[in-house]
Amino acid sequence: MTVSDAHRAIDAVWRIESARLIAGLARIVGDVGAAEDLAQDALVAALERWPESGVPDNPGAWLMATAKHRAIDLLRRRSLLQRKHEQLGHELADRQESAVPDLDAALDDHVGDDLLRLMFTACHPVLSTDARVALTLRLVGGLTTEEIARAYLVPASTVAQRIVRAKRTLAEAGIPFEVPRGAELAARLSSVLEVIYLVFNEGYAATAGDDWMRPALCEDALRLGRILAGLAPEEPEVHGLVALMEIQASRSRARLGPSGEPVLLLDQNRARWDQLLIRRGLEALRRAEALGGREGSYALQAAIAACHARAHVAEDTDWERIAALYAALARTEPSPVVELNRAVALSMAFGPAAGLELVDELRSEPALRTYHLLPAVRGDLLDRLGRWREARTEFERAAALTRNAREREVLTQRAVECARREADALRVPAPAGPEA
Amino acid sequence: MRFLIIRKADTSTEAGVAPTEELIAAMGRYNEEMVKAGVMLSGDGLQPTSKGARVKFSGGQPRVIDGPFTEAKELVAGFSILQVNSKEEAIEWVKRWPQIDGGGEVEIEIRQLYELEDFGPSEAIDRMREVGFAKPR
Amino acid sequence: MRFMLLVKADKDSEAGVMPDEKMLADMGKYNDEMVKAGVMLAGEGLQPSSKGARVRFSGGKRTVLDGPFAEAKELVAGFWLIQVKSKDEAIEWVKRVPFPGEAEIEIRQVFESEDFGPEFTPELRAQEERQRAQIAAQRR
Repeated sequence: MTVSDAHRAIDAVWRIESARLIAGLARIVGDVGAAEDLAQDALVAALERWPESGVPDNPGAWLMATAKHRAIDLLRRRSLLQRKHEQLGHELADRQESAVPDLDAALDDHVGDDLLRLMFTACHPVLSTDARVALTLRLVGGLTTEEIARAYLVPASTVAQRIVRAKRTLAEAGIPFEVPRGAELAARLSSVLEVIYLVFNEGYAATAGDDWMRPALCEDALRLGRILAGLAPEEPEVHGLVALMEIQASRSRARLGPSGEPVLLLDQNRARWDQLLIRRGLEALRRAEALGGREGSYALQAAIAACHARAHVAEDTDWERIAALYAALARTEPSPVVELNRAVALSMAFGPAAGLELVDELRSEPALRTYHLLPAVRGDLLDRLGRWREARTEFERAAALTRNAREREVLTQRAVECARREADALRVPAPAGPEA
Repeated sequence: MRFLIIRKADTSTEAGVAPTEELIAAMGRYNEEMVKAGVMLSGDGLQPTSKGARVKFSGGQPRVIDGPFTEAKELVAGFSILQVNSKEEAIEWVKRWPQIDGGGEVEIEIRQLYELEDFGPSEAIDRMREVGFAKPR
Repeated sequence: MRFMLLVKADKDSEAGVMPDEKMLADMGKYNDEMVKAGVMLAGEGLQPSSKGARVRFSGGKRTVLDGPFAEAKELVAGFWLIQVKSKDEAIEWVKRVPFPGEAEIEIRQVFESEDFGPEFTPELRAQEERQRAQIAAQRR
């Protein structure tokens, strides 16, 4: 095979094998930084040999065998081999040649656990969010530094430094390579889920004209979520997060209009929603609920997304159920933004007055003071109630608050329409619209 | 990127021969690996063409022909849909297909799905955008 | 019951020729009908076989062949996965595909797991197959 063919094949093998390779090595040497270095060494060896010898039948085993020899050397140098062997329950001091098969057996039993340890370690709260994201994408996602850099629109050197520093922080803090237990598990799991969802949102919130890497970020996040669901199948919020991502991802082909403008959910062409992903999302939600996770934050958000997904046309949306789900979400995670969403759902279910009552209460919320969607929602409700002068004021306020030019146009246009309706109602000439 | 993985038919699949426990276990382990890697979106086996049909359109008019159909090697016996980063990654997964399938004789086809992002600029694509069917680059 | 509807390839699909606006609009409407009827599970177009590959297992050897592949009539250009009550209903849906000229669609029934039906995702299937294998191993 040509060298470039071989490199592409090796890249593919890396994506499939690297996380498990690093995880298994981290278990041997107890440190993810050293583990990644060993894995990279094995990759270099593959890049040197495979173009000539071809990709081996079992590339993962080849990489692991190559890396393990170096791992044992490393341990010898650190004089940890004796302690490791005691931990593994083997007497290897005299039989160093057979150390490899014994480690093999120990590793095979623990592949899944090791990967889980790797995920928890890469998402350790001692690291900054940026560091956790970069380290997770690199160690667990198998993304190259360049791929991460392109995805986040930062220089590769920035990402490389972030990763180096993250590994150093973990080593200096003496973070053990283990799955947290007991009381610690919930918080640590929450940290992992947060990282995955951050990656997803980075890809999902991408606007028109972005690099093709952005949808790939959603795919990577989904992949990480699905991997985690396989590793920790008893955790309902993992399935909840996967459900949320599958369903949100199902809409990606409908989210942009012909000129690249964002299309609101209620205006989307639902024929373009990916039913396969919706099915997967609904099944993941069912798993979350079957595990007793109905009230989890991600499960609730997924349940809301599922309500939309189940409606073949916007008119069929079960708004009452959505309003009830937002109420449940508000109990789990009280937040003015959740309340605002609940207000919208209430207005869709019971009419604008029902929503307005709640929105009026939210006007005193300091957190929403500069949030453009509050006046936007209030404007919409007032518009529907025929209170056009007040609606216009709200839309103008919303337009002033938003940083997105597209949205400002839309909100300004709504203000103008409200002005016209008011004028028509009063049968006076329409006042001049706001300055362009 | 997504790929359709097609397991071609053979005389056994067309005859509805039940798979052995060994094959079921091997395929199960294989599918589980892809599930655990987060790359498997969907996958199913297809019943023999004796349970199927073909609809031929001529001048836009449909005509139904019941199965079975001959030329087993042209037919599809099963499929899966993978979400991966490259064709090489899809190939890498397919290389791990259980060797005992088809008694060691089996052919798997790998086909890339169209994503809207794949379309390059062109007049036809611009028209697609106007009718709202393509995501701009 | 689930059916896979396989659209056969032809010279044009293998050449990557794009459908015209009318065809796109008609297909969009057709897909929309299937979604509204709740029968659509998936519907995708396949890129030409030049972008594909084949892996052949034979006599203990494994060969990778890059596309394109000859014999367009052997190839698939697209598919739908639908959920309907009967083969007759599947045929009915296929007859309504807005193909203007010549085309061929093959209708194949999907193997179902009796217990789970169409919600049977790969995750559940993997779990079930693992359990079956364990039970079979215990029996030996």
